[in-house]
This record gives sequence, structure tokens and C-alpha cells, in this order.
Amino acid sequence: MKPLEIADKITEKFPDEVLDVREFREQVSVTLKKDRILEICRYLHDDPDLCFDYLVDICGADYEGKKEKRFEVVYHLYSIERCHAIRLKAEVTETKPEIASVTNIWAGAGWHERECYDMFGIAFSGNSDLRRILMPEDWEGYPLRKDYPVEGTEREWPGFEAVLDRANRFKKFDWQG
Amino acid sequence: MNHAEKTFETRELSISMGPQHPATHGVLRLVLTLDGETVVKCTPHVGYLHRGIEKLGENRTYFAALPLTDRLDYISSMNNNVGYVNAVEKLFGIEAPERAKFIRTMVAEMGRISSHIIWLGTHVLDIGATTPFLYAFRERERIIDLFEALCGARLTVSYPRVGGVRNDISQEFLDELYAFVLEFPDRMDDYETLVTENRIWKKRTVGIGVISPEEAINWGLTGGMLRGSGVNYDVRKHAPYDAYDRVEFDVPLGKNGDCYDRYLVRMGEMRQANRIIKQCIEKLPAGPVMADSPKFTLPPKEMILKDMEHLIHQFVLITKGPAAPEGEIYSATEVPKGELGFYFVSDGAGKPYRMRVRAPSFVHASVLPRLCEGGFVADVIANIGTIDIVLGECDR
Repeated sequence: MKPLEIADKITEKFPDEVLDVREFREQVSVTLKKDRILEICRYLHDDPDLCFDYLVDICGADYEGKKEKRFEVVYHLYSIERCHAIRLKAEVTETKPEIASVTNIWAGAGWHERECYDMFGIAFSGNSDLRRILMPEDWEGYPLRKDYPVEGTEREWPGFEAVLDRANRFKKFDWQG
Repeated sequence: MNHAEKTFETRELSISMGPQHPATHGVLRLVLTLDGETVVKCTPHVGYLHRGIEKLGENRTYFAALPLTDRLDYISSMNNNVGYVNAVEKLFGIEAPERAKFIRTMVAEMGRISSHIIWLGTHVLDIGATTPFLYAFRERERIIDLFEALCGARLTVSYPRVGGVRNDISQEFLDELYAFVLEFPDRMDDYETLVTENRIWKKRTVGIGVISPEEAINWGLTGGMLRGSGVNYDVRKHAPYDAYDRVEFDVPLGKNGDCYDRYLVRMGEMRQANRIIKQCIEKLPAGPVMADSPKFTLPPKEMILKDMEHLIHQFVLITKGPAAPEGEIYSATEVPKGELGFYFVSDGAGKPYRMRVRAPSFVHASVLPRLCEGGFVADVIANIGTIDIVLGECDR
């Protein structure tokens, strides 16, 4: 199926949810409201004509100051059986960065959602294991947000200070033979 | 039940495997909860190699982010480069010349062989066979020497460039590669003699880490992991890039989805890669190796030294970066580990607004609990070997 036809099908089924359909280089992105994302994904996964069995990727994007709603959660879907692809984008606000998890549909979503939570601070309700994944558990801030400095924050990570502290203490050790 | 069994009380034991465990192929840490020899729970911890490549990429021009991709999957950097330049070319809307496409296909398949051969060596070494490991490095060394002859770098090559490749290849290089290609099937036979029908090897891998085709798709597995379960999905066939639609090759498939089938699939892939390289050498067309689109590609070095226009041009491209059209694209390529995808959001500036790397190793690491739980501790090692992850790519 052509990507635009898929977008039409989604618009037909969920007319109130689709905000925007855009095509660029033969790839189509469908921008959605976040509230019924689980239902839409379930429909895309189960419908025999669409059959999106393979979740390629979930990632976040930060449009600070560029869009009204700051975050977007981007889903890349592909159907191995039908060989077609679509991109879904769900808008998430800064004040309530939360969206439903799709782990019940695609088991592989779990870690992608954790990474998105780790990097952008978007919570996925329904993900049973929502912890930081790449950064340490006690890290402050969300590194991939646009207001997070590339060179890192001024304050060192407490865990690193503890390691430095210990290293300095070991240096003072006097070997008595 | 006899008396002795009654009086013993057992309890679960929690152990931390890694991040410095040699069998974890990098810095992967697994927290295992054991009941005797059985794994009750397995929790992978990743992130020890996190360098923020996505964030760095968003703060560099499209050209300057290329060397970062070398550091993703550092044992097959050529494939990452090919994936990256294909994505950027798709965004810019330019196309590399035919010769460059064939060269890229050729070097990418060389990268595939060198990556798979390391996987073979380390995987069998983990399970106890030392010999193939030593021979495997001999073949890898030859490929790396060829890379060195090609571009001067052995590991972090950055040879493919946006719009083509860095430099043309020489006849000596082709001759040497052709000699390697003719010799390689015999070497593969050697490995197969050592491993394929080996009784210990089969005992350790047949029926271990079984995953059904439906489940493999549901977990988002790609590459050898998916094809080991018998699902025919290969980006090179589904959405051909470079010259993959002009070379003939088969996609090896497994049946049972266990460690042994994944081994057979990857062995088959090496033979197919060899076949592709041979065809690329034979079909290599003449012509330029860099696209002629001055807005997006760097001018040739000899022109920069001679001509003012070209010098200015290079200066602007390097400092500001080529202004990409506004839009967003996702582009996937088949790297040795699976499907490597790049997702770019461009706002029309010289740098990507958002750069996302879809790393196959990340997804494959997430499936480890599914493979290990319920099995024995010894099989954890087999499973780590079979998922073939590189933590540099997993953590980005």
C-alpha cells in the first residue's frame, strides 16, 4: 500500500485524532493527538490490510520554542508482510509529558520507551519497567532536550565526585612494606 | 525424596555478570538471579559506553558528524558510514555516481565479512573452541589491511562520503581483493569443518535461545537474529540501496530460531557477501566517484588548491554546512548486526535538528531476558554470543 493511502485510512478511521499529514521524499508522517495513540497502534497492528507487525523505532524530539506542544514521540512502523512503512508522530506537552505505552502491542517497544524517558523525560504509562537506561539512575536533567547544554551541566554527576573522592583517598595510602 | 534432599534448603542467588566480563563482548552488565544452575531473572544494564552521539550529531554539520558514526559499531565502521551517507543523501536529494555505489557496496560487504568473522571467532571462543578464533583473525587482518590500502585507516575509516566515496580505488587494490575473494570460500570450508558438525558445538547451541518467527518480529529483531527464525526480511532486498539491486545474492534463512540456526545464517551471509564483492569487482563501472552537486558535496581537493571559486565554496560548506531542505527522513541499511536506521529532522539549517540512530544492538540486547530466563547459566554465554552486539552501537 502507498504511504499516503495508509494515512488516508488512518484519517478515515480516526478523523478527530489526525492533525497533519505530510509527505517528504516518498515518506509520510502522520501527526496525531496523543490520547488515543494506543488504539491507533492497535488498529495498525491488527488490521489485515495494514498489518504493521514490526515496530522499527520509537524516539522523542524536542521542539522547544518552535511548536506549541514541545515534544513529539515518533513511531516508525513497517510491515514485513506487506512491505510498507509509515511514521506516526504524537504531540506531547511540556507540562504533562506523558503518553500511553505500546509495549502490549510490540514487545520491542520497552527499551525504546525507556530511552525516550531517559533522554526527554517523557513518561510512558503502562511500561512496567520505566527506568533510566543509558544514563545513571540518579542523573539530573534530560540530555537530549534542547535546553540541555552539549558540554554538560556545570555540576558534576554526584557519582563521579564519589569516584574522584575515593581515588584521592587511595592516593594517600602509604605502603609500609 | 530421600533424607538428604529434605534437610537442604536452597535460596536464590543474585550475581552481577560484567561489565568487565570477557564473554560480554564489551561493557554489558547482566544481573542474574539464579536458582541453582537455572536463570530465574536476567536484567541487562547498558549505557557504560554512552557518548551522546545523537546530541553531538545535532551540533555538527552533516559532514562533520560522519566520523562519529565510525564509533557506533566500531568493528564494522564502513557499514555505519554507508548507512549514514545514504541517509544524508536521501535528505539532500542527491545521488552518488554508479562507480561510487558499486565501491560502497563492495566495501560494505568487506565490512560484513570482517564483522561476522569476529563474531564467529569470539562466539566459538566463549563456548570453548579456541582454534577458529586464531584463524578468524587472519582473515580479518587481510580485510583491514585492504582498508588501510584503500583509505589509510584500519578501523575508523570514514571512507564513504556524502555524494560518493573519498577517493577512487586502484587496480592493485582490486587485484588483491580479487585474490582474497577467490581464496575465501576455502577458508570458510575450513571453519565449517572445525565448527559446523562439531559435537560439543552442537550440544551447546542446538535448541538454545529459541525464538519463534512471530515473537522475533514482535521484539523488533533484525539481521541474523530475525533470519535465524526463518523470517525473510533483509533491507538489502526490501528497500535496496547503493548497488544491491544490481548484484545477485541469496538471503540465508534458518528454521528453528536457535543459536545454531543463527550461526548457520551468519556463515551463509559471509559466503553471500563474498559473492557480492566478486560481482562488484567484475561489474565495476568507470566514471567519477563523487556526485557533481556543488551545493551539497565538497569540491575536489586539487581544484581547491588551484581555483578561488572552489576554495570559497569549500569554506562555506565546511563552516556553515550544506543547507538541507526542510523535512524529515528515515533511512535504513543492513549492517552486519541488523537494521541500522538514521532518522533526520531538518529545519533547513546546516545541521540536523534531530538526529536519531536506530541501533540494532540496542534492540537485540533488550531481548536477552527473553532468551536467557528459564535456561542454564552456561547458556547465557551462548546467548550473548549469538545476539552479536557491539556496545558502542547499543549505547551510542
